[in-house]
Amino acid sequence: MNNKFNIISLIIFFLFINYSFADEKIKRIDKVSKNLRCLICQGQSVYDSQSEFALSIRDLIIKKIDEGETDDEIYDYLKVKYGDWIIYDPKFDKNTILLWLIPLILFIFGGLLIFRKVIIIK
Amino acid sequence: MISHLGSYSLIFCTIFAFLIILQSAKLIGNQSKIFPKKIYTIITLQLFFVIFSFSCLLIAFVSSDFSNITVYNNSHTEKPFFYKISGVWGNHEGSLLLWLLVLVLFLFLFILDTKNYDNKYKLLTVIFQEIIILGFLLFIIITSNPFDYIFPVPLEGLGLNPILQDPALAIHPPILYIGYVGTSLIFSSSLAAVINNTVNSEWAKQIKKWVFLSWIFLTLGIMLGSIWAYYELGWGGFWFWDPVENVSLMPWFCLTALLHTILVLEKRNALKNWTIVLSIATFSLSMSGTFLVRSGILNSIHTFANDPSRGVFILTFLFFLIFLAIIVLFIYSENDKKTSNNFNILSKETAVLVNNWFMMYFLSVVLIGTIYPIFLEVFTNEKISVGPPFYQKLMIPFLIPFFIFMSFGPRVKWINDKLKKINYTQIIVFISSLIIAYIIFTNSSVSYLFSSFLIAASIFLVLNSLRDFFSKSIQIPQKISHFSFSILILSILLNGIYSEEFNSNMKVGDELKFIDKTIKFKGINFDEKDNYKLLRGDFEVIDSGKNTLNFNPEIRIYNQPVISTSEADIKTNLFNDNFIVFTLLKDNEIFNVRYQHKPFMIWIWISIIMLAFGGTLAVIKYGK
Amino acid sequence: MVNKKIKLFLILSSLIFIFFTFYLGLNKNNYYTTENIVYKKIENFESYEFFSNKKISFKNISPDKKYIILNIWSSWCLPCRKEHKNLIKLRENIKVDLIGLNYKDKFENAKSFLSELGNPYDIILKDKNGLISIEIGAYGVPETYLINNINKKIIKKYLGPINEENVKEIQSLAKQ
Repeated sequence: MNNKFNIISLIIFFLFINYSFADEKIKRIDKVSKNLRCLICQGQSVYDSQSEFALSIRDLIIKKIDEGETDDEIYDYLKVKYGDWIIYDPKFDKNTILLWLIPLILFIFGGLLIFRKVIIIK
Repeated sequence: MISHLGSYSLIFCTIFAFLIILQSAKLIGNQSKIFPKKIYTIITLQLFFVIFSFSCLLIAFVSSDFSNITVYNNSHTEKPFFYKISGVWGNHEGSLLLWLLVLVLFLFLFILDTKNYDNKYKLLTVIFQEIIILGFLLFIIITSNPFDYIFPVPLEGLGLNPILQDPALAIHPPILYIGYVGTSLIFSSSLAAVINNTVNSEWAKQIKKWVFLSWIFLTLGIMLGSIWAYYELGWGGFWFWDPVENVSLMPWFCLTALLHTILVLEKRNALKNWTIVLSIATFSLSMSGTFLVRSGILNSIHTFANDPSRGVFILTFLFFLIFLAIIVLFIYSENDKKTSNNFNILSKETAVLVNNWFMMYFLSVVLIGTIYPIFLEVFTNEKISVGPPFYQKLMIPFLIPFFIFMSFGPRVKWINDKLKKINYTQIIVFISSLIIAYIIFTNSSVSYLFSSFLIAASIFLVLNSLRDFFSKSIQIPQKISHFSFSILILSILLNGIYSEEFNSNMKVGDELKFIDKTIKFKGINFDEKDNYKLLRGDFEVIDSGKNTLNFNPEIRIYNQPVISTSEADIKTNLFNDNFIVFTLLKDNEIFNVRYQHKPFMIWIWISIIMLAFGGTLAVIKYGK
Repeated sequence: MVNKKIKLFLILSSLIFIFFTFYLGLNKNNYYTTENIVYKKIENFESYEFFSNKKISFKNISPDKKYIILNIWSSWCLPCRKEHKNLIKLRENIKVDLIGLNYKDKFENAKSFLSELGNPYDIILKDKNGLISIEIGAYGVPETYLINNINKKIIKKYLGPINEENVKEIQSLAKQ
């Protein structure tokens, strides 16, 4: 048994050498633009789209990052301008409380049902 | 002429559906062992006329008969022959006809398959299935007739959206619909079994293969859609949590839960009501999918031509079926208290329940995420987007316990298993997983503690599923499917962590550095094909080891309708996909170039095919 | 038995609730627009005058006017071409200043666009990279805004080209 695992881990080890770090700022721009909906496109994010709107938004993100704003500040800025629709990640607030909680409540409820059905035999 | 014939045969089918329902209802009390010849004949006739009607549409498409409005809207004489055929189901009206065809075909096969079964059960199944068929027939005839006329006859059609002219997408709808429609038969037969009071091991044994069959097709159908999105949309991802994708995933979760529960019903004659609820829910979810996609209530990438009256019809029909099911369930279901017995905590029964627990949770996340915005808008008039981050946040934390349960679940025995005091193999497996995960993380730029646990848990699952191959108590189909699933999960996770992308604007002759690679834009050339012109880019990617890869992505400009698409060039090997796609920007000189390095992409597809293959082995085994 | 009936009742009523929600949802327009996001203040921004390239602050524009109309346009945008005659008509019949915001355009193209179709604008500002349009809350061209020039709040938005009816509406809104 043990041998097999050694081989597998060796194989996997070799697959993953040679990795380095990408530029942090570009990563942040990508991350923010992936979370923004391109309003004039069909189901595309700002990151994916090449429309003028998406390009401008990307310029805006770069500008805001250079001004030292956090991701949340950028999202809030755009939300004021364009509404919640532009953000893919819905914030937890009075409008979305049920969105976040219903699945979790159902999970707990399901757990209780199973708990009632199961007994422990010693 | 052909369209007339097609239209009339649909009307015949409707009359047959009425006849079958009435006749079956009359014959239910009959104690005869032989299935009524009359009903068998009408069902055969109905099948014949649906096939005939479908063929009429097919001929209209192949012969480019533009007097038919569906053909006019979706076809063109210059379109390749293959896509003339797939054009039949590449639109709302035609796809419904295909749906109807599968409904009727499945009923026919069901009759053939259940030769030795109780007549009352079969007749009841026929009635419920015919109610569904009737609903679809009326829906087609009233709101979406594929045989409508256009006059004067246009000389040329409008063509099929080129983004849909693709081999994977051509076969995606039929495969997916077989999966969807297969659940209708599970729905009908489960209601029949409830009324007939035969929700038992024998019924489970008989319906099991239909469950597996639907599941296989649904799995493959979802995969084909995903493959298409991967290389055709050109965004490099394979799952976008778009509402239309979610809609196909919901019945999949439900069906996967049912797949496991039906085995408990078969082996232990337990979980009767739950099995029925799952059967009803699976079909209802498939139907709601149709409703959500076709009514235009969702804002999505994939949209069919929308018409509110269609939405109202499907909605009403869907809720009629759900009401019918609930009322049948309440009148006829046995009282759970008498029949149910508790399960021991360490038993396969409990393991299946835990599986169901997680499946239902994932289902609820996807369901709520998809329909919540509709509810919010109706009540508050506010529009929100529920995108990938929502699904990831709610699902990923639950994956770790899920993987750990799944690592042990398959080996637990029925009724009552015993816990060994110290299980040395398990400890070795556990430690190896941690070590491998650690090695992976010291070599990656991702530094979240949580992701490392997630990877460790999924490696733990892979190693355990691998170990299950040596277990004698587990059947081969299950071994294959569980192992493939674990590989699927691992490849998705590794793919997510190690994907790298480069996105920049380039001119011909540009050379840009990206991490340890150099991307060269060497040139473009023009070409002309049957129904499109193309612009072919010539790219070269050189990595740190001086290995060169050449890419020739295309920008195609189709004649009819005039739409340009970007075709990615993907170089696949066992370890990673390299992917270049480029699009023209406004100035005609500058291009947006996107290069992606996606590890283990091929393993995602291979493992899904293996997953479905495991299911196929099960069907072959149960079919005997 | 009573328990069972209550359960049935609860399930059926929640189903009816879901049914009607979906039914109402069907009648909603599901194309998203930001037309209703109004009464937001536009923060001050700086731009350059189209012809002279002089630096201008938004807050110093038309200081004596109660309202201004801001129109975002570009020479490469086809609907703008269609809209232009309505803008000219609007300018002729109104005492309010019409501000043009030239969106991501080339100077030469924009100039010939104006000499061909006429120039209805009192001032034209340049939006080279589209950031000013985002500040205003625009997402395409053309868009037209009626702005209260005292508190710099948007009163009304028109997304897409304006038609003759819109012209009349703007006239009556700006009179008050």
